[in-house]
Amino acid sequence: MGNLTFKGGVHPFEGKELSKDKPVKPYLPTGDLVYPLSQHIGAPANPVVAKGDHVLAGQLIAEAGGFVSAPIYASVSGTVKAIEPRRNATSTMVPSIIIENDGEYKSVEFNAVDDPFSLPREEILERIKTAGIVGMGGAGFPTHVKLSPKEPDKIDYIIANCAECEPYLTSDYRLMLDEPEALVGGMKLMVSLFDNAQGIIAIEDNKPDCIKLISELVKDEPKVCVKQVMTKYPQGSERQMIYATTGREINSSMLPADAGCIVDNTATIINVFKAVKEGKPLTHRVVTVTGDAIEDPRNFDVLFGTNFAELIEAAGGFKNEPEKIISGGPMMGFAVFDTNFPVVKNTSSILCLSHDEVAATEPTACINCGRCVEVCPSRLIPSRLSKLMDHGDIETFEKMNGVECVECGSCSFICPAKRHLAQSIRAGRQTVLANRRKKK
Amino acid sequence: MNELLNVSSSPHVRSKDTTQKIMLYVIIALLPATCFGIYNFGISALVLVLVTIASCVASEYIFNLITKRKQTINDLSAVVTGLLLALNLPSSFPWYLAVLGGVFGIIIVKMVFGGLGQNFMNPALGARCFLLISFAGYMTNFTYDGKSTATPLALLKAGEQVNSMDMFLGTCAGTIGETSVIAILIGAIFLILMGVIDLSIPASYILTFAAFTLLFSGHMFDINFLVAELCGGGLMLGAFFMATDYATSPITTKGRIIFGICLGILTGLFRFYGASAEGVSYAIIFSNLLVPLIEKISVPTAFGKGGKKHE
Repeated sequence: MGNLTFKGGVHPFEGKELSKDKPVKPYLPTGDLVYPLSQHIGAPANPVVAKGDHVLAGQLIAEAGGFVSAPIYASVSGTVKAIEPRRNATSTMVPSIIIENDGEYKSVEFNAVDDPFSLPREEILERIKTAGIVGMGGAGFPTHVKLSPKEPDKIDYIIANCAECEPYLTSDYRLMLDEPEALVGGMKLMVSLFDNAQGIIAIEDNKPDCIKLISELVKDEPKVCVKQVMTKYPQGSERQMIYATTGREINSSMLPADAGCIVDNTATIINVFKAVKEGKPLTHRVVTVTGDAIEDPRNFDVLFGTNFAELIEAAGGFKNEPEKIISGGPMMGFAVFDTNFPVVKNTSSILCLSHDEVAATEPTACINCGRCVEVCPSRLIPSRLSKLMDHGDIETFEKMNGVECVECGSCSFICPAKRHLAQSIRAGRQTVLANRRKKK
Repeated sequence: MNELLNVSSSPHVRSKDTTQKIMLYVIIALLPATCFGIYNFGISALVLVLVTIASCVASEYIFNLITKRKQTINDLSAVVTGLLLALNLPSSFPWYLAVLGGVFGIIIVKMVFGGLGQNFMNPALGARCFLLISFAGYMTNFTYDGKSTATPLALLKAGEQVNSMDMFLGTCAGTIGETSVIAILIGAIFLILMGVIDLSIPASYILTFAAFTLLFSGHMFDINFLVAELCGGGLMLGAFFMATDYATSPITTKGRIIFGICLGILTGLFRFYGASAEGVSYAIIFSNLLVPLIEKISVPTAFGKGGKKHE
């Protein structure tokens, strides 16, 4: 089995050893739970409870605000304390439902089925939609929308993105080891939605145990196979993943479905299976609490709404004074200014670093070394795009395909002059995309 | 934890490479050639090396001081320029003129255009060409073993025979750093292994020049002539250490290959059709001027831009 990959990319310090061998431990919250109404791409959810209402775990508290949206469920039983704006991990104020935990974890009944594979297609999609499943790898795109392309006949591949190429993250790794049957089951369900689809489970070669385990499970499955991809960042980027596994290329104006592909991450697929089989809505996820500032890095099974600070305490607290805390991985995660944030559907990790490498270095003059060009998975010239943004030349930025950037950050990572390339290119992309929306 | 944490845009980690480290690798890679030059030409070579480095670093320091800019000498790029300039001078060159060369290279070629990364021409080569035009007598006065002698390439141009083995080892007349091909290659291999340079420029340069020599030099199947042309006249030093200068070469691989081909053709033209036996310096600074044009035609196709909707 060869190593599939793409051109470009970087090899940052992996840091996965910190938490990869720590089994997932459920964590029960003690404080209030906060549910931002927008924890997915698309319209925010609309609350269906009011202040003072008593809710059970698994009860709907906010319904989808449109087709591209997802409902939100209570993860504990308790009382609705308030519905008010709270800050989320990207530091924006979002209307949120706050629930006071009664500590009893009384749950609603779930509508489980014995054989999820016998369900009709519409029923499967409906159950995924009702469960509020969104992309748990980071973007938070509602999964039922992904699974409802315009032309279902033209879907050739369902790709399970099990690369987990972000350094430090081990939540998907643990899930693959702990619940491989659910992963394969979810894949089979998703493949069964499309007449012509094949399933590909793509795993980076730094997880040989997962490759072995899952290959064994799918050896008699005619429509699902495992493919080994090279350990390289950003291998798990959707476009790069599609290219590595199928040889097809998409650009910023296309959806994966335009190339006959649908890509979903490990945790998402496992939850698809659970939603369809057990009828359980999405109320918890695995979160890696790690970094060199953490006493005892671990993987927790966390109920949504749990506060970051509680989880850090549960991981033994800080070993060193942290200089930077990141929600997500070090390459694409969001830096937070304190720990008062809730875990939401796409929180993969809480990474606490005792040393901020960005603040420690100062950008110096570009020496035109070309390393950013070498590593750019989108085959752009990051140094020049960033220079164009410094000059405010949006027009040339657009001509030089600046919008094709996937914001992976490889250029900033590799730059010997420590220039903030990805940051200025991201700003440029946002300006161009906003201008385009205005024109429409 | 009372204070707020650091917040910045992703990514939050950085590679260990720095500009300073890259320059240090280049200096290390130049050491074999430098040491051989000092062994070959004696103490006057060492004096020139020290003088040009001091001149370059001091020029940059004073320029930054006068213009009230942030001090940049820590990036070591001035040391590289000084070292390269010395390696491009004959050992008999007067040291006070070498100081002038260093000042010219740093102030005129590099700093007034904005400093590191902004210069359009290799500072060391700019300085060498300035000295070559201004002090042609000193610059073309080569001594070896105490005797005044011509460089192997000049002998070759005059129709005489040269010993290619001497040229490969470096035991012949020439500038301080250009004579020993083996010392230069040791440094070049180090740079390639450390990921500082790749083969795109040197390989396309050397191959193009070899092809040009076979076709147009009038010595078609004279292998000895070809080897002598490749080993002589600073071609190796130029190909691995000066043409690969980041700031003055294209940024994409495709651009670098076009750049190398331009270099090969120009070097051939200068050597075989020009008045002088040498052509590497002029070929490189001339090609430096072509870089903006090469950059225009070598923009890579973005990922997925060739992609069509799958039917």
